[in-house]
Amino acid sequence: MKESRYELNKGLAQMLKGGVIMDVTTPEQARIAQKAGACAVMALERIPADIRAAGGVSRMSDPKMIKEIQDAVSIPVMAKCRIGHFVEAQILEAIEIDYIDESEVLTPADDIYHIDKTKFKVPFVCGARDLGEALRRINEGAAMIRTKGEPGTGDVVQAVRHMRKINADIRKIHSMAEDELFEVAKELKVPYDLVLYVHKHGKLPVVNFAAGGVATPADAALMMQLGAEGVFVGSGIFKSGDPYKRASAIVSAVTNYTDAKLIAKLSENLGEAMVGINAEEIEIIMEKRGQ
Amino acid sequence: MVIGVLALQGAFIEHEKMIESLGVDCIEVKQKEDLENIDGIILPGGESTVQGLLLKEYDMLEPLRDKINNGLPVFATCAGLILLSHVIEGESSPYLDTLPVKIKRNAYGRQLGSFVINKKFKNVGELPLIFIRAPYISKIDNDVEVLIENDGNPVAVQYNNQIAMAFHPELSDKNYLHRYFIEQIVTPSLKLAV
Repeated sequence: MKESRYELNKGLAQMLKGGVIMDVTTPEQARIAQKAGACAVMALERIPADIRAAGGVSRMSDPKMIKEIQDAVSIPVMAKCRIGHFVEAQILEAIEIDYIDESEVLTPADDIYHIDKTKFKVPFVCGARDLGEALRRINEGAAMIRTKGEPGTGDVVQAVRHMRKINADIRKIHSMAEDELFEVAKELKVPYDLVLYVHKHGKLPVVNFAAGGVATPADAALMMQLGAEGVFVGSGIFKSGDPYKRASAIVSAVTNYTDAKLIAKLSENLGEAMVGINAEEIEIIMEKRGQ
Repeated sequence: MVIGVLALQGAFIEHEKMIESLGVDCIEVKQKEDLENIDGIILPGGESTVQGLLLKEYDMLEPLRDKINNGLPVFATCAGLILLSHVIEGESSPYLDTLPVKIKRNAYGRQLGSFVINKKFKNVGELPLIFIRAPYISKIDNDVEVLIENDGNPVAVQYNNQIAMAFHPELSDKNYLHRYFIEQIVTPSLKLAV
């Protein structure tokens, strides 16, 4: 039964493919996201840009607010918990969240251990910067992976780096001789079985989305062309001039990510994009949390 | 023969692999023009609100509805079933509206309500039925044939050229239902070699 629960949880992530998951902080924003074509929403207390601006400790959202969001939309509702904070995860499971994001965007609760996700029925998505990190999270029970990027900046450079790195590592292992894989497992600090899966299939055993810094339809299409199976957009939407319009445009750009003519049209008159911070000018580096 | 797979959002690649495993060609349907020159269409799992919205936005809803009503074979899973249904409980209007059934979205609760069961399909063999945030067929018209049921409720139905199911055969390793679609609906005289 445990086995099939993990398969079901990986299956839900497959249904989200080709879609956009949007950060929301209120039921109203959730409704806008659903109307614009989000395939899921991520409930959190403050969006990453505000977390950066406000400083302090960021935690799991108020369960009451999450429930209101669950009532407001029919699409899956995800929520974030702090890295290693398995009680926040237990609470989210208790209110029947569809997916938990064990997220470096929130202030980590444990600087050594991640949550043992195999102990939960509810699925988890986790961030990764490279293949070793992705496989370690999968080994802990993650049913979906996303790049970490650099959240709340509107700067896509880190997401690009992470997606390229993960996919380059996958291509390399896919083309290696089988007797070389033991050494790879040792280097990556991950179980041999997972390395063997990547070698055989040329992909991760779970769905991999892009996240962290996507602000425009062009950014979203870029991530899809680099091999993302879908996109998370956080601050990029509700920190922009016309959230609904920008959200719809990003959804269409993800569907038609190779259609440059259409993306040109989608990029017209979107109003102001989030101001953004150059990822090199920031003090809190979220991608370095919890490796 | 070419099967189109609606590729606006969702698990469409899994369907393409199923169709290719039967030795049949398929194309991704992303815009109106792709609807020409296909002999059947698959509506994949995913989020029905997203797919429905994009069908409208790309002016594909009407042409696809006309084609289905004129006999284009359809194979729909989960979100696809929702798109075909006459009535969606709690919603004012349907999408394609070609299949005379009434459905309820997310009828088994949230992701924690997702489940797998094994069922026999005709005389072909046992098939794992994978239900993920699945809809529930609450009512069917008299002329809708039930292909598979669970606890007395239809979970896979056929209505002339349309077959639709609340679960995900494309996530299993069994292509029985895809084969049934090609052999019985798309080309009734055909026997696939695989």
